[in-house]
Amino acid sequence: MTPAPRTRAPAALAALAALAALSAAAPARALDAPRVKLDDPFASGMWDYHQVMLLGDPDRIAFDDRVRVLAPASAEDSFHVPVLVDARALGDVEMIVVSVDYGPIPHILTYRPGGAEPRIALRFKIDQATPVRAAARTSDGAWHVGGAYVDAAGGGCTAPAAAYATDDWADRLGQVRGRVWPDSGRVRFVVDHPMDTGLADGIPAFFIETLTVAPDGGAAPARIELHEPVEEDPAFTLFWPPGAIREAALLEGRDNNGNEIRAELRAAVGQ
Amino acid sequence: MSPRRPRCAPRRAAPRPARGGPDAAAVPAAPAALSRRQALRCAAALGAAGLAAGALGGAAPLWAEARRAYALEPRQVAAGIWMIEGRREYFSAENGGAIVNCALIETDEGVLAVDLGPSLRFGEELRAAALRATGRPVFAALVTHQHPDHFMGAQAFADLPVLALAETQRQIALHGDAYADNMYRLLGDWMRGSEATPPNAVVEPGEVALGGRPFLALALSGHTPADLALLDRRTGTLIAGDLAFLDRAPTTPDADLDAWRRSIDQLAALDAAATLPGHGPIDPEGRALRQTRAYLDWLDGALRDGAERGLSMPELMAAPLPPEFAAMGVQPDEFARSVVHLYPAYERAAMPRADHG
Repeated sequence: MTPAPRTRAPAALAALAALAALSAAAPARALDAPRVKLDDPFASGMWDYHQVMLLGDPDRIAFDDRVRVLAPASAEDSFHVPVLVDARALGDVEMIVVSVDYGPIPHILTYRPGGAEPRIALRFKIDQATPVRAAARTSDGAWHVGGAYVDAAGGGCTAPAAAYATDDWADRLGQVRGRVWPDSGRVRFVVDHPMDTGLADGIPAFFIETLTVAPDGGAAPARIELHEPVEEDPAFTLFWPPGAIREAALLEGRDNNGNEIRAELRAAVGQ
Repeated sequence: MSPRRPRCAPRRAAPRPARGGPDAAAVPAAPAALSRRQALRCAAALGAAGLAAGALGGAAPLWAEARRAYALEPRQVAAGIWMIEGRREYFSAENGGAIVNCALIETDEGVLAVDLGPSLRFGEELRAAALRATGRPVFAALVTHQHPDHFMGAQAFADLPVLALAETQRQIALHGDAYADNMYRLLGDWMRGSEATPPNAVVEPGEVALGGRPFLALALSGHTPADLALLDRRTGTLIAGDLAFLDRAPTTPDADLDAWRRSIDQLAALDAAATLPGHGPIDPEGRALRQTRAYLDWLDGALRDGAERGLSMPELMAAPLPPEFAAMGVQPDEFARSVVHLYPAYERAAMPRADHG
């Protein structure tokens, strides 16, 4: 993927100018010319474009060290790159968009923490060396962007899932392993799913689209909107304030073929 | 141009120092693709430089950089046994992948070379170094296991018997090209001309005579699915391959920690006069096996404990290492790699099935 080329033909320029004159309030812009031009710490060629296309070209946006993105400097396994996003320092966060600058599908997931902390650990498939970004929107509508650079050998997005090397993947589809830790407020789970990107030859996109986690203490549920780059058999760690989970949390979700996921995550016996 | 190319399509990733290189942290992230403007500016600058050089009466050819050399220096460590000690580092374009220990063992028929380095060039230099050190040519080579720093040099010995366990031969036939791709990415020009060359002969475990010199060959596993160790019956030296590391963190991309620890116990029972580990110095005191065993015990416990506490991978990677293991070469990077390799099995074991009803 490359940035959309700027229009150069004089006729098109004239047309654009005419259009701009007609609607001065909303001048036409190239997709890589955001309203707010940021000084990208990674000097990436793609961030401007993602600021427009993934975040909707917001008026209020800044790179902000309060959004921590913790990832290894080099991807040991292109199919499972771990990342922890922590935006607790911002206070109230409505949503977090996790993405890569370089890759055939930049959007990894959107997290709406609800009553959970604005903190999530996940793993994703990487296709080449790239900045990994987390853009957190606070309730005042402002976006705060953190990032980390991950080097990679690549190929994670364009290979078939390992599931197809086994003959029981369909039996395992939607199986969940999980647990809650009431003392620390942690919720962890793994959902067995191929998470096909649609980029491997002859294998259509097949991935979990939504997962919600509702703790039994009455706090608002957290919602994960997944996209194709999330790893096969995805594992997540979510965080609630201590006390928000009494004994269990309900996990519900659905993939793009309508398969439903449902599990009750409980504390370990004696925990 | 190298005859081998990575199988994947060329990517637009910016050149980055390889993981673990000494200056990895010092180089800022470069933009992953040059804009057209930047490219033109570069071209203009090069053109100007060329004109200036021309005006001075002839440009020095930029491409005439000398072929790099490993400068291998065999050191005698026992009667008839020489060692080439690798640097206690990760693969990098600076070290050319010379991070592995090799053994040169004099027999009645010539030199047996054990573990052959990461590239064709290393293999060629190893073969020359054997002749230089002993006055005798290599008659056979041996690969202890499937990892590229140990087998890629086999290409330089392809006209001789290159021995390995049958499973190692099979693994290299399966994964050799992928290993080679990764080595090209990590080492760059050092790999020129290198191609994965699977061992061409099988060594059976037990008492064997190689070139007339008696050895005990042990077929073990744990570092990889097949790990060969050789006990030299003449000197009592144990060539342990990567079942033993010393003062360099053990690597785990294909590890089975339980099998590995059982293998170490078997090797420790041999009570060898000295151990030549796969990485780290020659060891007459049994430290290599003890240290590797202690590290694997600690690693197993740390992964289990992390999974029981509900830690995510990045949290576990950030945890401080005990001082005795933090001091090993390539830490904490190897621990972080091990978390990626091994933690998924531990986290599954710590979380029960939750989708019933």
